[in-house]
Amino acid sequence: MRKRKFTEQFFLFLMRVSMFLVMLPLFLIILTILVKGIPSIDLAMITQTPKGGFYLGKEGGVLNAIAGSFYLSASATILAVCISLPVVLCLNIYMKRGSNKAWLIRLCMDVMSGVPSIVFGAFGFLVMLFFGMKVSLLAGIITVTILIMPVTIRSMDEMVRTVPEQLLQATYSLGATRVEAAMVVVRRVLPGLITATLLSFGRAIGDAASVIFTTGFTDNIPQSVSQPAATLPLAIFFQLSSPIPEVRDRAYAAALILTFIILLISYSARYISNKFTNAS
Amino acid sequence: MVHNYPHISIKELNVTSANLRILKNVSIDIPDRSITAIIGPSGCGKTTLLKSMNRLVELTDGIHVAGKVLVNGENIYDPHIEVTRLRKKMGLLSQRPYPLPMSIYANVSFGMRIHGQHKRRILDAKVRRYLALASLWDEVKDRLHEPASSLSIGQQQRLCLARGLAIEPDIILADEPTSALDPMSSKAIEEIFLELKKKYTIVLVTHILRQARRLADYVIFMYAGEIVEHGPADEVLNNPKQELTKEYVKGQIS
Repeated sequence: MRKRKFTEQFFLFLMRVSMFLVMLPLFLIILTILVKGIPSIDLAMITQTPKGGFYLGKEGGVLNAIAGSFYLSASATILAVCISLPVVLCLNIYMKRGSNKAWLIRLCMDVMSGVPSIVFGAFGFLVMLFFGMKVSLLAGIITVTILIMPVTIRSMDEMVRTVPEQLLQATYSLGATRVEAAMVVVRRVLPGLITATLLSFGRAIGDAASVIFTTGFTDNIPQSVSQPAATLPLAIFFQLSSPIPEVRDRAYAAALILTFIILLISYSARYISNKFTNAS
Repeated sequence: MVHNYPHISIKELNVTSANLRILKNVSIDIPDRSITAIIGPSGCGKTTLLKSMNRLVELTDGIHVAGKVLVNGENIYDPHIEVTRLRKKMGLLSQRPYPLPMSIYANVSFGMRIHGQHKRRILDAKVRRYLALASLWDEVKDRLHEPASSLSIGQQQRLCLARGLAIEPDIILADEPTSALDPMSSKAIEEIFLELKKKYTIVLVTHILRQARRLADYVIFMYAGEIVEHGPADEVLNNPKQELTKEYVKGQIS
């Protein structure tokens, strides 16, 4: 009897320690960027582009990177969703449940989402050269679209798979075509699809390795897709490699901005999915 | 309507999945404008038989169908048959209600809209007529534009019936339509069926013998993918000829 009680206590302890070890890094990361970032953050950081001598610690901000990151991630997310949604509907509505082809496509998407982002970066770089393009926002958008597509497809797929088979059958039994059935399905899982979209956006905005050779870096806000663009992860990277302490501190301020954006997005994703799950 | 052939006539239907024979040489004529109950133990192919009548069976992977199902004299497995037009002839009621993710009104009008009816006045009138036919109108007339999911499960099942009736079919296919419902809602559905059989051909799959006794005019008893016995309800349920049917209606096998 005592042995059972001891085992119980031991595993409870183990779980608590593991829980603590998981929470600790998150807490420390947020603490670090807050402590090191807040002193260097000011209005100029988010409203100005780098002025002359910014990388030597003089005035300016990272608006170039904020704008670049938004242009890049928003375009890539829109593109990825436009391609993913038909794929997901094809997997779930045109292919029968338990079909081998659908299984193979899902496997490929899982493999693809495991490919390191630097590999996508290298691939995007080659494609860019092949088409004779220069480092540009467009090249970055294409690369990031390919990078996030497997994530978008699989998360949307998981959402659509929760739709009961019988709802589809009910729709078909009214004489609906597959496209009409697909519309019913989309309507049913719309909040889930929005959540998946926001999560993809979060993945897109946080990635540095895929954009380093394709989007490049610039101090200006891009005026067209053929110009290079700055991104927040790279802004952090370049400032952090500086020997000047003020510039390094600003890297943490940029990290704070990026983390804030990502937290905001994941929280909205959660809020939307909770709100609509309760409503319907 | 004057037909010289029955609405549904099944000839040598075989349904196989991988190496499993789900339906074996099923041949049957379903009588018009009456309730036909398909009874039999679980897994005997009742639902498969029902779903082969509107080709929902082919949505499952690896299913192979051979034989003929004639609906109004046309073989529905003929390659040139338009499946959407075929399914429009039959309303389906499944075990649990699956309302479409839209309002009560939109649920009932969905079928009419996809088949090309967009005139508001006609939709309004028909939504009202079919909700009334499913005895739901009085309960929902003031909340037609609320989501269908806000209804109780019994109301949802009647909504699904109204939705099926609104495509103006000749036939109603019902797959254990009361199995998820409370006794009052079940009773409501049964009463509607008794009313509807005057105009519609109803095929009802049920595992409840007493329900078959209450509703059926004609009974098909299935066992292991085959039709063991079929005939007028009174004969099959009270005076079966086959040994298996006797055991089943006495409750010795279930």
